[in-house]
Amino acid sequence: MTESRAAAAIDLSDVYKSFNGVQAVNGISFRVETGQTVALLGGNGAGKTTTISMLLGLLSPTKGEIRVLGARMPDERHTVLGSMNFSSPYVDLPKRLKVWENLTVYAHLYGVRDVKGRIRELADDLELERFLKRPFGDLSAGQKTRVALAKSLLNAPKLLLMDEPTASLDPDTGDWVRSYLERYRERTGATVLLASHNMGEVERLADNVLMMRGGKIVDQGSPKDLIKRHGRDTLEQVFLDIARAPHFVEGEQGLEK
Amino acid sequence: MRNDQAQAVCTPQPSFSVRRIFALMLRHLYVLRRSWPRLLELMYWPLVQMILWGFVTKFFLGHSDWVAQAAGVLISAVLLWDVLFRANLGVSLPFIEEMWSRNLAQLFISPLRDVELIVALVMMSLVRTLISVTPAAFLALPFFDVWVFQLGLPLLAFFANLLIFGSVIGIGVAALILRFGLGAESLCWLGIFLLAPVSAIYYPVSALPGWLQMIALMLPSAHTFEGMRGVLFDGVFSWPHFWWAAGLNAVLLTAASLFFLHMMKQARIKGLLMQQGE
Repeated sequence: MTESRAAAAIDLSDVYKSFNGVQAVNGISFRVETGQTVALLGGNGAGKTTTISMLLGLLSPTKGEIRVLGARMPDERHTVLGSMNFSSPYVDLPKRLKVWENLTVYAHLYGVRDVKGRIRELADDLELERFLKRPFGDLSAGQKTRVALAKSLLNAPKLLLMDEPTASLDPDTGDWVRSYLERYRERTGATVLLASHNMGEVERLADNVLMMRGGKIVDQGSPKDLIKRHGRDTLEQVFLDIARAPHFVEGEQGLEK
Repeated sequence: MRNDQAQAVCTPQPSFSVRRIFALMLRHLYVLRRSWPRLLELMYWPLVQMILWGFVTKFFLGHSDWVAQAAGVLISAVLLWDVLFRANLGVSLPFIEEMWSRNLAQLFISPLRDVELIVALVMMSLVRTLISVTPAAFLALPFFDVWVFQLGLPLLAFFANLLIFGSVIGIGVAALILRFGLGAESLCWLGIFLLAPVSAIYYPVSALPGWLQMIALMLPSAHTFEGMRGVLFDGVFSWPHFWWAAGLNAVLLTAASLFFLHMMKQARIKGLLMQQGE
């Protein structure tokens, strides 16, 4: 194994996943270097959530190899799950538990040394103090997102996976979350992989973008490179080009019709 | 170095952790602690059953020689049946609750091991069962002059065997619900009641037809209730029944745990862990 391969936070090699004959992920390979922020971009059914689920060890690939922080997933997941975390509006926390109770439970699960201190620290950072004593189910979508973010940061993860982190948030709260993620990444050097439909978010946060369609990576590059290569003004236009292309193959330089 | 932050914040993750088991128990204890309706509901059914069977006992004392020989036989049986029933629900309901609250995926991406999940559910089953049956066991004395604790130390053996067997059924049911989704949640109640007739709760195994006796004696519950009647009628603790129950429990607990782990593996193949929820 070369030094650069060893340093990759995520390394997927020719990964397939099918469900009852339906190919959800169709032979994808990519690497995410330590400290990078990479976005998975694609329409509904492109294979983003399936890819993230496999990275988290929730799903076994049909074929191919997945390495996360050096561990083969899902078989070796227990060696790295303590160093990574996940946030998504589609995966809840127990609604009847108060916010501080939820965070306490997960702090113990992740083996946080100073549970109260860490919760206090995150509550300060993410402005949660006002609703720490409220049941999670009583919170607004924006408040829930912040709590889910706090849960995902409890263990100061080396690798943070996010599935549509700002979905269903108003623009102000969405912007607040994006700003926080920028600061967090700058402060900790964490690797971030996010799946999103929000092009502005991806342009702002991602060093690299993986464009997915039909379970394949059909193009990749930095947001600026993609925009330039497709001769467009915004990433959204690039996304629409790819989403509406009648047929395509993955080429050396990206999408080829 | 910035990447060392995770190590500074968290302790190293052992392959088996009592703290992670405690964390999962804490999640359910927080809910119980604050929910009086839940606590009352846990105690309510065993109390109602005890009162019902207390009056049945009173009636049969004048009409049945068998019941007259040991006045506490029906009340002891119903309370021990509740141990079995509550132990089953004590495992399966907290598991379903994780699915209802769409929390299952969060748990399985944490360092929690599958085996720790099983242990935590069994421990919660113990807590819920004790909350359920303790008030009814004590109130049987003032209500019907039946002191269940007259069974003495054997009561502990009966309790342990029924708790484990109830948990075994709960683990099996949780595995099936994981595989077939919340549409199968009624198995929590159906599964245990299917075993009730062959568990010989209120009558001896000999009352069953021959072929059913064979099935009954393959269940730890039938051996436990036979043992209970042995103590109440003859004042003798049957070691053979105890060892049969304990041995069958060991085999069934291993089988149920392996079945659960197999279903977890299947869930990872079929993508069920991300989809669970109402």
